[in-house]
Formats: sequence, C-alpha cells, structure tokens
Amino acid sequence: MATFQHDVLIIGAGLAGMRAALAAQGEGADIGVISKVHPVRSHSNAAQGGINAALEATDSWEEHAFDTIKGSDYLADQDSVEVLCKEAGAELIALENMGVIFNRDDQGKLGTRRFGGAKKARTYFVGDITGQAILHVMYEQMTKAQESGESQMKVYEEWFVTSLISDGERCLGATVLDMRTGEIHTVLAKGTILATGGFGRVYEPSTNALICTGDGMSMAWRIGAPLMDMEMVQHHPTTLKGSGVLITEGARGEGAYLLNSDGDRFMKTYAPNAMELASRDVVSRAEQTEINEGRGIDGCVLLDMRHLDEKLIHERLWQIRELGIDLAGVDVIKEPIPIQPGCHYAMGGIKTNILGETPVPGLYAAGEVACVSVHGGNRLGANSLLDTVIFGRRAGVAAAEAGREIDMPIAPDSTIEGEQQKLQALLDRPANDEKIARIRWDLGISMDKNVAVFRSAEGLDEQQEEIKKLKARYETVPIEDKGKVFNTDLIFGLELGYLLDCAEAIVLGAITRTESRGAQYRVDFPERNDAEWLKHILLTYSPEGIRLDYQPVTITQWEPKERTY
Amino acid sequence: MKVNLNVKRFDPESDGSTRFQQYDIDMPENSTVLDALIHVREYVDATLALRCSCRSAICGSCAMRVDHRARLACKTKVTDIVSDEGQEITIEPMGNMPVIKDLITDMEVHWSKVRQVVPYLRPTGPPPEREYIVSNEAMLDVAGAVNCIQCGACVSDCPVLEIDKSFIAPAALAKAYRFTGDPRDGTKKERLEMLSNVEGGIWDCTRCNMCVEVCPKDVRPMDRIMQLREQAVAAGVKTNTGVRHGTSFANSVRRLGRLDEMRLFPESVGMFAVPRLLKELPGAFRMLWSKRLMMWTHAIPFAHKPIPGIKHVRRIYDQARSEKKEHSK
Repeated sequence: MATFQHDVLIIGAGLAGMRAALAAQGEGADIGVISKVHPVRSHSNAAQGGINAALEATDSWEEHAFDTIKGSDYLADQDSVEVLCKEAGAELIALENMGVIFNRDDQGKLGTRRFGGAKKARTYFVGDITGQAILHVMYEQMTKAQESGESQMKVYEEWFVTSLISDGERCLGATVLDMRTGEIHTVLAKGTILATGGFGRVYEPSTNALICTGDGMSMAWRIGAPLMDMEMVQHHPTTLKGSGVLITEGARGEGAYLLNSDGDRFMKTYAPNAMELASRDVVSRAEQTEINEGRGIDGCVLLDMRHLDEKLIHERLWQIRELGIDLAGVDVIKEPIPIQPGCHYAMGGIKTNILGETPVPGLYAAGEVACVSVHGGNRLGANSLLDTVIFGRRAGVAAAEAGREIDMPIAPDSTIEGEQQKLQALLDRPANDEKIARIRWDLGISMDKNVAVFRSAEGLDEQQEEIKKLKARYETVPIEDKGKVFNTDLIFGLELGYLLDCAEAIVLGAITRTESRGAQYRVDFPERNDAEWLKHILLTYSPEGIRLDYQPVTITQWEPKERTY
Repeated sequence: MKVNLNVKRFDPESDGSTRFQQYDIDMPENSTVLDALIHVREYVDATLALRCSCRSAICGSCAMRVDHRARLACKTKVTDIVSDEGQEITIEPMGNMPVIKDLITDMEVHWSKVRQVVPYLRPTGPPPEREYIVSNEAMLDVAGAVNCIQCGACVSDCPVLEIDKSFIAPAALAKAYRFTGDPRDGTKKERLEMLSNVEGGIWDCTRCNMCVEVCPKDVRPMDRIMQLREQAVAAGVKTNTGVRHGTSFANSVRRLGRLDEMRLFPESVGMFAVPRLLKELPGAFRMLWSKRLMMWTHAIPFAHKPIPGIKHVRRIYDQARSEKKEHSK
C-alpha cells in the first residue's frame, strides 16, 4: 500500500499513451505511465494497414478532411477533423525521423498505398505491420527519454487501474492493483490522461485483443464524464470466421476483390465507383446483405488475392498471409480466404475537446477511448493510428501545461481502504456455478446478434433486457482464484464490469438514435435524418440514472451531402 | 477433439515447489494451444496464470514452452504438436528467466539486454526537412528484424545464455541489427565496436540455429548476428577475440589443412596478452592431460606439417574468396 505522485498520470501505454508521455516530458512534467500489459503488448500493434496523411504535392489536408468527414457520414466535428488532417503531415515525418521504417518509393521517399473511403493514395505503411512498427519505435523513444533523464518518467508495467479518484468535481488520479504483488496503491496526479483503448471484447467475435475491455470509458463514466456516440461501433469488413482476427484493408488497398458465392464482385451493386474501397460501414453492410440473401458461403464472403503479384504479397502483406495459413489454413496466394464483418473499433468514447480535455477537470483522454469526434459515424481505415499520435500528443501537452498551475491533489485517507474493501468483497463472494467467462460470452454473442451491422428497435430492446440480466448475474459471480500474485481471475472480473457498462451505453445510444448513419443502421429507420439527428448523443452516469444530452455537430466548411461511393 | 494438457504449475504463495497438472478437455477442431489454455482458465481452473492478448501472433504475450520448445501458444495448433487425439501436450514457462507464477515469467532478463544495445535510432547531423531519403531495399532489409515482437521465445531457448548470463542473446542482437542495418543511423561503427568488444557480444553466439528454429516471426536472429559480424569486420572492427579467433582458425586450416589448436587460443586472445595467456595455462595443461587437445607433439608450436593434398584445401579458399568478391560487386 503506497501513494505515488506525478504531474501527469497516463493510463494505457499504447500509441496514444506513449505519445502523450513523450509530449508531456517535452513540457518538463514528471510523468507516471500505468499499463496493465507491457507497453509493446498494447493493441496498437494490431493496426496493420497504415497511417493517413496528405503529404503529396497532389493532395491537400482539405481533401483528407473531406474524405474523413464524408466517411463519418457527417457526424464528425469538423474543427477536430481539421486539426487531425492539418497536423498529420508533420506528425508522420516526426514518426519517420524517430525511426519508423516506412515503405519507400523508387526515389527513396515515403511511398503510399490506397485505402478505403479515400480519393487519393495517402496511406503510409510498413508492410502490413504498421501499428507494430510504430508502437515499437514509440517504446524505443520512451527508453531513450527515460535514459535522457530530462524529467522523471516512471512506467508501471502490469498495474491494473481499478478506479479513478474523484472529489466529486476533479479527477485526482487512480487506484491501482499491482498485478505482480496483489497490492493496492494510489497514484495521485495533477492531470490524468486515459489512453486505454476500446471496448471490442463487448462483442463476440471481435478483431480486438483480449485486453480491449473498455476500462477507461467505464471508469470515466463512473466519475461523471459523458460518453459520446457510443452507438457508433465499427464492424470491419474483413475478419476471419470464428476468431474474428483482422485481415487488413491494405489487402483491398493493394487490389484484392470481394466475391460472393456466385464468384461476383458484389460491391458493384453497392458502390460502383469505389468498389471494394468504399468506406467500411458500406462494405460491411454489403457483405452482410449478400450473406443474409443467401449469396454467402457458410456465413462468409470471399477475399480474393490470387490475381495479385506474389512478390507484392511477400513484401507488403506477409503477415496476413501467415495468419491465413496459421489460423484459417488458407494460403491467400493460392486460394480466396473466407471473411465476414466483425466488431473492430469504437468511434464513440469519452467526450473530449481538441486539447484532449474531458468535461471532468483534471481528466483527459486520447485515442480510441476518447471521442474528440474525428470519426463520427464511421472511421476511415488508417485514421486511427493518426488519431492516437495527434491527440495523444495534444493531451500530453495540455495536461503538462495545466499542471503548472495546480497543486498536487490530496486524496482522502479512506480511498485505498474503500478500494480494498471493494475488491475483498468480490473475492469473498460465495461460490456458485456462474463463470465470468460465460457472462462475457453471452454478452458478446447477444451484442453480435442485436447490435451489429443491422439493428432494429426489437433487437435493441431485447438486448437492453439481456444486459440487465447479465448485470444481475455479474453481481453474484464468484472470483475463484483467491491468490494475490497475478490473480487474473480477479482482473477478468473487474474487466467484465467495465464491459457491461460499455455495452449498456452502446445499446442506449443505438436505441436513442432513430435514424441510419455510418455504423448505426436501423432497419426500422433506414434513412439518414439530418433534420433531427445531425447531433451527438451524450450519456452521463449518475447513481440516480443515466442522463441523455445532445450536442450539435460542428460544421466548418463541409455541408452535409448525400453519401455515395 | 480431446485435448490433454500437462501444465507446469508454480504458485509463489505456496511452498515454492513446482508440479505438473493434467487437464483433459474437449475443444473444437483446429484449436490452438492458447484456445485450450484459455478454456482451462475460463471454465476448469481459474487459478491458472498465463499472459495472452491478441490471439494472432502480434503482441508477443503468450510465448511459452510447448512440447519442450518455446512457441507462441496462439500460433501453435494442437494438431501441430500431437497427431493422436488426447495425446499429452507438455506446457511449461519459458526458460532462461525466473518464473513469477505458472506460465508467467519475469522478462526483465530480456529487456535489460535490449537496453544494452541502445535500442533507438541515433541519426547524426541536422534532421532533414522531411523524411530521410533511403532505398526501399534498405528498409525491407531491416524489416525482417523489425518484424520481431519481443516475445522472448529465442531468449528462452538460447543455450549460450543458459551457461553465460552475460550473452546479449538473440532478440536483442537482432534488435541491434535493426539499427546497424538502417542507413539513417549515424552510429553504426560505434554500435559495432560495442557489440564486438562487450562481454557476451556478437562473437559469443555458437551458431546453433536454435533461435532461428523457435522464432515465430521468421526474424532469424542468428542470421542477423552473422550479418552483424560481417558488418563489424567490413567496418574494420577487428581487434577483438572474436575476429582474431576466426582469422586464426581460417589461417590455420589454409596453412595446414587442419586446426592448430595450440595457436588458436593465443592468437585469439592476442599474442601479447600475457596475463590472460598465463591465466589459461592450467586449463591448457588439463586439456592436454585429458587428451582434449590433440597429441602432445602438437603442443610444440610450429611443429605441424600440412596434411597431404593441402593444395586442394587452398584452392577451396581461393575459390571462396573470388566468389565472395564477385558477390560483393
């Protein structure tokens, strides 16, 4: 039991978290970084295809912004998108200068590939391991920063955050469980940045890693930070059957086809111009329609790369070829691979402004956990890595700057005790036959059935009831492992609590939004309805109940238009 | 499909002993070892501790010994290990590192070695206005090493590390190549000097190929170490035991057609490194005594005669040299 203090506390050490840490160090702040896994195990690894920036002379940030806003189905806040796209070029060059080995063209300059929903080729990449390549370089920079000794930067690996500390107004830091010792500590900070990623494990199957359990969203929600656009859950068009493992959009960017059971490139019906490179919501819906109308194969359609140059696959898509062989038994050079839409990304999250500030003073958020609203109703491929580094950096700077004006907070003595009692109560629950994993599984399968690509009032109401039941089951589920060292059972129990909060918010958002926009497709309201719904849905938790608020979409220069690809 | 896991357990909160525990479970066809372990943890025994996250060989969390060899559990199908249903699969934590609990090891051994190789790009000169201009070939050449996910499988199974804790070990050396092979790094020679001269550096690899065999990402660490050696020699970093040993070895065979063991050691540590030579003298006598060195007559320096047909051996050398020249053009 100990108390630690830092100017800036960063929770999560993926790309957004590490970028925030480096930026805050640049401002001279004393930094603590907490992660429930070693930083290079973070889910930023899984981003395969690339990172967007309008760097070419023939491109412009305005075109990138327009593609992003159109992709978002006009739900993105355009001031945020402007920041994202204007700052992209400099950030990309900074990553290259740090050491990322981006693919080059014949002149040795940065080379691009095409990606979905983009009119120009502006996706920069390292084969199909772009996220991994950038994440590891960011960790290298963390090592360098720690060695430089410019300011204190402490990384707490395999520490699990159990709650954010709040005095009712400000966020004062967090209570944490050191997974290796089982001890509970408090970490106090002038500013706390959440960079904990998404909630993909709410669904089954999902492309997301097992650690993506919505921790940050749930914890922020519990201290009164509003969640925004939670209904906007992206289903990626190309995921492996069963496991839901991701096959990069880069495959289609390099020219792969989507085929139905008749061998037709069915995208010609849905997006005659962009074809396979329409935005993800459009492609996923097209695939699901084909499958639902009987032109699928065992719940899948086919991704065909046989016509691509073998050398290109070896140089640019080596990882997915290996995944196909290992996990699906298919060599994409020789055979088309069966794929289906699968849960992939949360466009919604904790509401922030362009500095990463949430409405709760002292609390910041960046990356997938946040909703600064650059992705709106649908994120374009290769915009997520960009989001993490741009808004991670901004949150790091903002928190460090604000910290100069504030005194170190003091938490009430009862903080640790209260948290210990909470965890002890979990451990002391009487044994029964219920399993954490079974509740998680039932949650995932029901969310996939009712709140995936197509949604209806009927299914959503059913899901709301289901979540109530799951929450009731969660109240009595026992923690079977009573040990202190690496009690992963206890961790999963806490994570399941986070997931259920996120699911509740997703469903409530989806019920509320009675229109179809981006990833939210209501079969009972199949049209986009700008007159009533060109606005964000905000959900704020309080012990009395969930409050619903709305906020208009910020429009700067791109008036909403009909969206076709 | 019946799956029978025999898992090595260790609970630091009990008496500190290890034991094996058997789990017989039913799994769908095509399950991975990780799927099976997760099933155990979720439905059979919640106390079983392991690290895992991405399920697709990207995050590097789930390296462990499966059937006595380090592998990523998520990349290993049950049927890769056993051909008959229900045949036992042994699961143990990685080697060469302390075990924290069950299959969870303390990887600080690995990370401290990564820090030792100065694991970040060190460009010299003013930064460019935009990106560095480098060829795609150069980037693809280091991409093989960048593909490393730091899972620790090669560290686990490296036999050199097992007996020499100072060995920087395969993963960190592959990481070092990622920088010496990167034209943007301005400290290539400095890196190569450090890697050549430091205790446990590039010349301590015994080329057993184990790291290449266990690597789940085809990083081929040993090949990177050999590339580092070539880079070091090409950069003129030669005044170290490793290079002298190689040179002495090659010269001896060229001269005699066989190894002149009495010269190999002094030539490796340096003919004038008298204190070091004296220190090793008792060892040399012991080896002579136990006939680990060749016949005692060979102990007399310069007493060797070339083997019959030495000219053929020398022709091989000349051929190899001219081919290498041709290749480097």
